[in-house]
Amino acid sequence: MKFSLGPVLYFWPKNEVLDFYRQVADWPLDIVYLGETVCAKRRLMRLGDWLEVATQLTAAGKEVVLSSLVLLEADSELKALRQIVDNGHYAVEANDMAAVQLAAGRVPYVAGPQLNIYNGETLALHHDLGASRWVLPVELPHTTLADLQDQRPVGLETEVFAFGRLPLAFSARCFTARTHNLPKDDCQFRCVDYPDGMLLKTQDQRQFLAMNGIQTLSAATSNLIGALPDMAALGVDVVRLSPQSRHMAQIVETFAAVRDGSLEPLAGQTQVATLVSGEVCNGYWHGEAGMDWHGASAQGRRL
Amino acid sequence: MNKMELVCPAGSLPALKAAVDNGADTVYMGFRDATNARNFPGLNFDERTAERGIRYAHERGRKVLLALNTYPQPRTWAVWTAAVDRAARLGVDALILADAGLMRYASRTHPGLRLHLSVQGSATSPESIAFYRNKFNIQRVVLPRVLSLSQVRRVVENTDVAVETFAFGSLCVMVEGRCYLSSYATGESPNTCGACSPAKAVRWEETAGGREVRLNQVLIDRYAAGENAGYPVICKGRFEVNGELGYAIEAPTSLSVLDILPELQAIGVQAIKVEGRQRSPAYVAQVTRVLRQALDAVGASPATYAPRSDWIAQLDKVSEGSTHTLGALEREWQ
Repeated sequence: MKFSLGPVLYFWPKNEVLDFYRQVADWPLDIVYLGETVCAKRRLMRLGDWLEVATQLTAAGKEVVLSSLVLLEADSELKALRQIVDNGHYAVEANDMAAVQLAAGRVPYVAGPQLNIYNGETLALHHDLGASRWVLPVELPHTTLADLQDQRPVGLETEVFAFGRLPLAFSARCFTARTHNLPKDDCQFRCVDYPDGMLLKTQDQRQFLAMNGIQTLSAATSNLIGALPDMAALGVDVVRLSPQSRHMAQIVETFAAVRDGSLEPLAGQTQVATLVSGEVCNGYWHGEAGMDWHGASAQGRRL
Repeated sequence: MNKMELVCPAGSLPALKAAVDNGADTVYMGFRDATNARNFPGLNFDERTAERGIRYAHERGRKVLLALNTYPQPRTWAVWTAAVDRAARLGVDALILADAGLMRYASRTHPGLRLHLSVQGSATSPESIAFYRNKFNIQRVVLPRVLSLSQVRRVVENTDVAVETFAFGSLCVMVEGRCYLSSYATGESPNTCGACSPAKAVRWEETAGGREVRLNQVLIDRYAAGENAGYPVICKGRFEVNGELGYAIEAPTSLSVLDILPELQAIGVQAIKVEGRQRSPAYVAQVTRVLRQALDAVGASPATYAPRSDWIAQLDKVSEGSTHTLGALEREWQ
């Protein structure tokens, strides 16, 4: 199984992004997804900057994929999407059907986690259109994945989101700006103050969600390291780790150690749970509520 | 200038009749299972009632659309394809689909059947609409409630597919078809099960701190004595962010485009939709009647149109939180 690093979902200062990817070059990863997928207003990193990072990572032996915006609203966003699809060098992760429309039959694409691929007919459609890989929607369980693997066209790689706060929803509204009583059009980029999202708690003080501009994530961090043996058995080709601001190097190493057999899955699970902020979850994988933790080994879980 | 079509919800045969009798041009319905996004106990149509509903509407010159707008998985795929076949057999005027695979099935199996792209298909740009047009010859798209009015205009200008927008009803704050908040808390989502906040996961409890409502253990809101309590959807709950308690995502409110009907007509929106298949026939009658009058007023004289205060009052009465908003259509809301 290969490991991929998902796109950074948060708004980090440019120097921190560049520094992060300088480190990524040395991590045991095969694929790196680059680009802004959440908010088009975040323009500290321009396409040219991403392409420079892409060059460095390619030189370090990584496969680079350029990720596209999930929610497209303005003409300028469509123009930016065209530039990404027409970059001439790297594959594209399509996170909206607009990207599929532009890439289909011209550029190989990865059908991203927001494309809602729930059945074999949809898988076949994307394969016919030139998809080289697809990502399982985060809300689907391993049982559905098993069925989809049976129906998967030859040559289409399967990727599973296995670590990180879960992308759960997108809106026209910017929740970070709203919390700060700022209009979206003058948001002052307050999301830069929340490198892993802004926590939303229930009235009984449970950490529930993390708001990231127009995106809503889970507050709990999905941790499927314990399921790596099952994923291997199911023929999963790529395991996706979604970046968080701290301890990412150790998390990638721990996943790699479990995959390579030098660390027991349960030990890895406990270790990863100490490297996240807040709770861990794996309910979706087991066909339960996404926020749930399923399994005996929740001792690594911290509050 | 085009006359906008009024599309109204039918969660039951009485609701369908209420819509037709009060001036709906078109009604939309779903089958009694997880194949549509209002999969609630006691709601929707079996084949026999569907047949009666379709006959009732067709005899009065109205159209019937069938929503099959959830995402089938391999084990239940046959349930969805059977629903497509049944709808074709029943002679509905169009299917409202979200899943691309199911759309491929429908277009191959029933090439004469008219297809609409559901709001659950999350198409917000001319490019994504073009995808479904080119591949499956869709005739209409229902736009997610995320675009500003000027963005809706840009979409209409740049597509040859008819555009339908929401006119009234519960306001989804998140892009439809891309919201997993419900399944994160309960295991069931609109995409997988056709349900947002499934009733079986809802628990009400009187406590010393007030009336609490939980969704599978997650405290969605706590109401003081005398406070109006709404159905617990996550996006309308009260939560704490940075130490402040409030409606962090959105307050209970309903969408209403009554104020901007002439603008919607002027930019070329072809149909407007009322949300609420889960609501009562009385709700359907009330909302349909008001919007029929409003659309007729726009048709007669768009330049002098102004929403009547009794229309606004009647709609607010059936709105969440007894109030309304233009939602994302208005830039300030975003």
